[in-house]
Amino acid sequence: MTKGYLLALLLAGATVALVVAGFVWPVPSAAAYAGGGPLMRSSATPEAAVQTLGEEIRAQAWTKAYDNLANKAQFTQTEFVHDITGYYPSLLTYATVEKFEVLPLHASESESEIRLQLYWATVVGVSISTRDLRVVKNGDRWEAEWPIAKQVVVPPQVIPVNYLRWDVIYRGPGDDWGAQDVEAPHVRIVDMHPVERAEGVVLLGELLNEDVVPAFVSVSATLLSKDQTPIATEGSFDKISHLLLPKQVTPFLIRFPDVALSSVGSVRMMPTSELVSASADPVIEIENAHLNPAPDASLTGQVTNQSGQVVSFAQVLGTFYDKSGQVVWIANEYIDSALLPQTPVPFEIHIPEDLARKVSSQRAVVATISSGGSQ
Amino acid sequence: MNCGLALLLGGFALAAQLAAAQGVTMAMPEKIEAGASFSLQTTGGGKATLYIVGPPQVLKREIQLGATTFFAEGTLPNAGHYAVFLATESSTQSASLDIVPESKPATLDFLAKPSRIQVNLHDGITGAIYVFDVFHNLITFPLPVSFELSSPSGAMQKRNAVIREGASWTAMDSTAQQGMDRFVVRMAAISTVRVVAQVPGDPCRLQMSARLASGQLHLATEPVRDCSGNAVPDGTVVTFTETYQGGQSTVDVPLKQGIAEVQMPAQSGAMISVASGLVLGNQIRWEK
Repeated sequence: MTKGYLLALLLAGATVALVVAGFVWPVPSAAAYAGGGPLMRSSATPEAAVQTLGEEIRAQAWTKAYDNLANKAQFTQTEFVHDITGYYPSLLTYATVEKFEVLPLHASESESEIRLQLYWATVVGVSISTRDLRVVKNGDRWEAEWPIAKQVVVPPQVIPVNYLRWDVIYRGPGDDWGAQDVEAPHVRIVDMHPVERAEGVVLLGELLNEDVVPAFVSVSATLLSKDQTPIATEGSFDKISHLLLPKQVTPFLIRFPDVALSSVGSVRMMPTSELVSASADPVIEIENAHLNPAPDASLTGQVTNQSGQVVSFAQVLGTFYDKSGQVVWIANEYIDSALLPQTPVPFEIHIPEDLARKVSSQRAVVATISSGGSQ
Repeated sequence: MNCGLALLLGGFALAAQLAAAQGVTMAMPEKIEAGASFSLQTTGGGKATLYIVGPPQVLKREIQLGATTFFAEGTLPNAGHYAVFLATESSTQSASLDIVPESKPATLDFLAKPSRIQVNLHDGITGAIYVFDVFHNLITFPLPVSFELSSPSGAMQKRNAVIREGASWTAMDSTAQQGMDRFVVRMAAISTVRVVAQVPGDPCRLQMSARLASGQLHLATEPVRDCSGNAVPDGTVVTFTETYQGGQSTVDVPLKQGIAEVQMPAQSGAMISVASGLVLGNQIRWEK
């Protein structure tokens, strides 16, 4: 009885001692995640200084990150934060840094160049932003210079917009079944073919809105075996521009993981369209689009918002054709910053290495979402 | 529920033969229009219970035998075949009653498709009509009906048809001129109107021109029209593509006031093309 009482007292005492120890001398990682400080407070080497900066950015410890910069006199903390997360609502506004990588590029005794890659966890997947930092030695410690991209300021002005806008009045809930309703937009698949990839079958195609009204579109497909039994049904999800203005064409891509093309007898396509309210604005221009050959094959270019409104989210969809004009691949990239009026923003869409040699031409379209609706 | 009703009806049928032998009879019309008033004449004396059983409705009423029982307008509004049973304490009498739709149409349910159609399509506009009386019974006997489609140009297509088994349909052509068509169905003094929008077809001839303006290339189409001469509606997307040494610029521009225009980089030797949907326009080679 006495032994048990003694053991209980001993355990209670040890627990209290450990709690106090953890509070007074916290584990660095726990302190960092609690916002109490970076994981590594070292700036003994250029890598360590950038590593520290990365941890502070991940923990959103903006003040600490800003204070440790060598060139903080060139900009304010607010500008520094906005440079990372965006000045206007964008993909990164609602994202957090999941991880980061520090890659030394060049080093000397007094300065070094290091690449910091931030992996943002966004609603549409991982978005990578890359910054090449100059790291300088200041006394016995290294400090990173943040390569701030000064926000291009568009002069205050009034941009008259008189593009068409479509509004829809549907049949009311009290109307009889025979009452007339508005017709769904007529859309047509103008190209479709399956290709076999390592991960399974991929359907590539293009969809045309052949109507005179805007359409919210999506495409799903069912693979049928040779005896016409369904194998799988999938949709294009975000590999499509969902809003099509009259006579606009969007590519679409549908993945069927773990399905062999040899087992497919036929494909049943199911395009759907819905009449929605929409605006013909904004107009987005794709400039200087270049097909870059392998290795690291890609389509690069710039998108420019020609309208006067800020576009919060933009996705560039690239369709790649072979010499005969057949679609060989479709890929996309989300722009992680808002599209400001008249301000070019670069994009880069990667092309699989094995397909890059077949690509002869391309066509890119931009799907955008402004605050308050999609375009 | 159905089993109980079957037993009830079976019981009534068996008792009906007994009733005839005991001097209780009833007389009523075999067929009346939906909602019409009618009367039931019975013989004998005492109280009885009258059941009128039909697919959409069951009526139960206590009546005095030997008197005439009146049923007001609207008592039986639903068309169909009804069974009538007159039950006394000792017997049951049966008869049948057909409620037919009113001969006068009251409502025309007109399904006109589509609400929007390209110009110049043969049999592209269809109209189906269902005729109902005031109680919304489908009128199944033949009735004449006419369909009229009038276009903004004043042209009218007219079809005369006969309603059979409550329905009739027709198909009409869309005309060459865009605008709002009135699609009317008429039957006696009743008519129902639907509106069908005739919209332009694909651009027929897409022509653009280029000029230098403020160091940039200003591209503009001529007014875009379909092959019938209708102006393609504003908002229709026209794609300009400029291909130059190692690069390409593309912009989707909606038509505004009939034309599409855009500023693009002025690249010497650039090839510029224009398209809308699957229709290709002219090409321009730009040289400084």
